[in-house]
Amino acid sequence: MNKRFYRQRYAQVGWGVLALLLISGHIAWAGQTGQTDGLPNAPLNMHIMEGFLPPLWAAFWFAVAIPFWIIGFRQITRLVAEKPETRLLLGVSGAFAFVLSALKIPSVTGSSSHPTGTGLGAILFGPFVMSVLGSLVLVFQALLLAHGGLTTLGANTVSMGIVGPLVAWGIWKGLHGRVPIWLVIFLAAALANLMTYVTTSVQLALAYPDPIGGFMASFIEFGAVFAITQIPLAISEGLLTVIIFNALLGNAPREMQTLGVQGA
Amino acid sequence: MQSSSTSRILSSTVIWLLFLGVVILAIVPLLLHPESEFGGADGSAEAVITAINPDVEPWFAPFWEPPGGETESLLFALQAALGAGFIGYYFGFKRGEARRKQHLSEHDHE
Repeated sequence: MNKRFYRQRYAQVGWGVLALLLISGHIAWAGQTGQTDGLPNAPLNMHIMEGFLPPLWAAFWFAVAIPFWIIGFRQITRLVAEKPETRLLLGVSGAFAFVLSALKIPSVTGSSSHPTGTGLGAILFGPFVMSVLGSLVLVFQALLLAHGGLTTLGANTVSMGIVGPLVAWGIWKGLHGRVPIWLVIFLAAALANLMTYVTTSVQLALAYPDPIGGFMASFIEFGAVFAITQIPLAISEGLLTVIIFNALLGNAPREMQTLGVQGA
Repeated sequence: MQSSSTSRILSSTVIWLLFLGVVILAIVPLLLHPESEFGGADGSAEAVITAINPDVEPWFAPFWEPPGGETESLLFALQAALGAGFIGYYFGFKRGEARRKQHLSEHDHE
């Protein structure tokens, strides 16, 4: 009886979040003509640009990221040794993040942004492994595309490789088995994407607090610019992750089972 | 053994609708802002930073930058192609593997 109660409760929460996403998307739609002050259609960057974080902050975010890399590396080594059949899936998770971060998709605000693709790997392998895979993408973009940067690699790893995956993984762990699996995956991937951008705003606001309003004013300013742009992107990311997850369940059910993931 | 396709959670019709959703989400903005160039990632949050603190100067420069938009889009395309190529390889591999297994188990019955 309890189980059923929780099931309903979680379904309500899930649908609520979905509705919220859609509503905010709708508001964004309606409000997109009245852009926030002075920054019309400022193009977005989810990755903090090279050299733009003061050295102390850059070092701080590296210090946060390094333990995740170490644990992630260990987990990958163990995984490859113990469950070699999941090696290719590890590659798929990295490849998925690779493709999705390359797709700069137009958004309702008139600027473009890109998905992160980290939800899939976080669900399959956990946030530590995903922090390693995510930073591979970041290194590629930093070195070849001058997108993001080496000094900001720590900070960008924290947003895209750690906070996003932690959110996805948390939602997966919390809701799996309680609401339909496609909804869990959608929410995990979409909210991981949104939280990645929220984290970037926090990082920028911490480094550049507003002279008058302080951290909060700055955070709202950074956040406002990309929050709206990011919502449709987050939905796209959620949908694409559901699609590949479904395909994996259909084509690699045993590997998925090895990782503790089962279909409906 | 035969359950490989039953563990899918959504039918292929739904999957196509989801794809359609992604496409629509990308196309609608283009119609909403016929004037916009949909500026991308580069140089971006810089505007906000300089609005807050005009004296900010980056203290480190990338070792290498793509000389222009064309080379940049080449590298973005390369990134997407590498990822998509691997994903395609994986599904092809799994499909071939499943077919071979099915083939073998059919022969067992003879």
